[in-house]
Amino acid sequence: MLEVNHLKTQIETNEGIVKAVDGISFRVNAGETLGIVGESGSGKSVLAHSVMQLNPKPPTFYPEGEIIYKDRNLLTLSEKELRKIRGNEIAMIFQDPMSSLNPVFKVGAQLEEAILTHQKISKKEARKRAVELLQDVGIPDAAQRMQSYPHQFSGGMRQRVLIAIALAGNPKLLIADEPTTALDVTIQAQILDLLLGLQKKYGMAIILISHDLGVISQMADRVLVMYSGRVVEEGTVNDIFHRTAMPYTWSLLRSLPRIDGGHQRLIHIEGHPPNLLAPPKGCNFAPRCPFATETCLAVDPALSPRGEGHQAACVLTKEEFNEKKKEWEAVKMEGVR
Amino acid sequence: MPEPILEIRNLEMFFPVKGKVFQKEKDFVKAVNGVNLKVNKGETLGIVGESGCGKSTLARTLVGLLEPTAGDILFEGKSILGSGRKQMHQLRKDIQMVYQDPYTSLNPRMKAGEIIAAPLKAYRMTDNLERRVKELMDRVGLKAEDYAKFPHQFSGGQRQRIGIARALALNPKLIILDEPVSALDVSIQAQVINLLEDLQKELGLTYVFIAHDLSVIKHIADQVAVMYLGKIMEVSDSESFYQDARHPYTNALLSAIPFPDPEKEKKRRRLVLGGELPSPADPPSGCVFHTRCPLAQDRCKMEIPCLEPKDENTEHLVSCFYPIHHGTPVPSENN
Repeated sequence: MLEVNHLKTQIETNEGIVKAVDGISFRVNAGETLGIVGESGSGKSVLAHSVMQLNPKPPTFYPEGEIIYKDRNLLTLSEKELRKIRGNEIAMIFQDPMSSLNPVFKVGAQLEEAILTHQKISKKEARKRAVELLQDVGIPDAAQRMQSYPHQFSGGMRQRVLIAIALAGNPKLLIADEPTTALDVTIQAQILDLLLGLQKKYGMAIILISHDLGVISQMADRVLVMYSGRVVEEGTVNDIFHRTAMPYTWSLLRSLPRIDGGHQRLIHIEGHPPNLLAPPKGCNFAPRCPFATETCLAVDPALSPRGEGHQAACVLTKEEFNEKKKEWEAVKMEGVR
Repeated sequence: MPEPILEIRNLEMFFPVKGKVFQKEKDFVKAVNGVNLKVNKGETLGIVGESGCGKSTLARTLVGLLEPTAGDILFEGKSILGSGRKQMHQLRKDIQMVYQDPYTSLNPRMKAGEIIAAPLKAYRMTDNLERRVKELMDRVGLKAEDYAKFPHQFSGGQRQRIGIARALALNPKLIILDEPVSALDVSIQAQVINLLEDLQKELGLTYVFIAHDLSVIKHIADQVAVMYLGKIMEVSDSESFYQDARHPYTNALLSAIPFPDPEKEKKRRRLVLGGELPSPADPPSGCVFHTRCPLAQDRCKMEIPCLEPKDENTEHLVSCFYPIHHGTPVPSENN
């Protein structure tokens, strides 16, 4: 449905060029949820904004790659053509529900505006559709709440309104950029449930961006793991969580405090993510990798297959990596004793 | 019996809300509403709750940044409320705080070394100042050459380390940590949690660790308390808390956290809470949780439950008339 090929997104800054997205390829199939997980600065939001062409140009530019949607390359479309795709075909919801709504307009008016932009219907019909959408996203007394201003809504309710606005054009693909990060856990659970329900009802594909591996494991069918502008592992959700093939993903899973585990000491990743202005030579993760060798500091590994639809960017083969993991666990057990 | 270093008794912190012009009676936001807690020396008390439950207000009263409207706080057996400026000055040495946001809690115009030295200067402990600061920096994993850098030159995790070094400078006995890792990435979060655990072991510190994330609390806390609308819903030792959570709200919080494990996640039955947090200015009658509780009965709307033990474990306190029994299925709103 959506195909991104070798996309590079770069941002010009005073200190030099930041390679925020550095040669990423992936596809989204109709009706599926693709999870994109990574830490801050890994480029996951820039990637999402690239798909929607929402990065300001300049300073952002796209030196290479293509984004194919319905046989058209979004990178070559005019702003006018893009506007037909945004909202109607691909819609987006953002992290911060507090700043994504206009505070001086009633919620109903903002929703009607979105509907009228995308559909040629009368104002009256738009109003009816707006109430329906608010009901769909689980806002009680939808008809009355149309008259409220954004500040009269809680964070969770605002995110629901934003989802309703995103749904106004019946998009085939919804990009959700950290949709629950600003919300409390009980509200997060409500919103994730809502997204799953709407996906069934409207049959849309979702790209879900999150730093939370728990949210990804609950929602995604397939997962991209990003690190410093690259995809370092790609696979089904079970590949990523149960047949991990990349030391970064593996380390990240081990550094998570989890409620479904014991009270053992966390295994943290040393150091910090690399500076994207001057990425290290060789593998970007090598300076922090517990298994790094001389080769890793010199050779920059490309994604290579680890199984059906499962790829990882690491010089270690599957067998070598499993061997290293075993050795590592043995050393750790020794340390505990 | 371990001795409590900190005891919170019936603490109340009400903030007046401006009434209408001729309205005589003022409304209050009951941010902290009758909280009783104890923290043992050398242990960690974790306080969890959603935004707006009053956990940060509670933290602020503990370090003397807010004067509570009622109740008492005992530190090492002595009340810290109503103490004069001089006494408070001494107490602040023993009780320190680390803030949530490492971006706003450090003065951008001061060098890292100056920030860490500030509490030492305030207490005129200026002998070997630079050496002492460098020791502290080493202790929290900062390099000596970081001394002359400004906060903006550090990453979030390193800034939080500066905040921790500043809190350690006066050799405190108790540190109040208000969401110290919430703003950090997972890989950095683990570094800071491990650092805090090491420091506690080495220096015999007592922590009050405030967080919204039950999985972080599980790793660090000995005792866990759950707050909702200014009240404690459940408090227990960590083991009993995570194995046998009794309060419906605690169960809902626990089941709202997705497991980073797709297979377990699929098999799981979840309790998704409907509705949202009511306003703390106008809390529900009876049990404050009854408006969202899937198990609420008529009694919950009328009477206020006490925080009390519900079985032979007398240290596991629950504020609920109908606590959940371990092993019985939880009714789910989904099904």
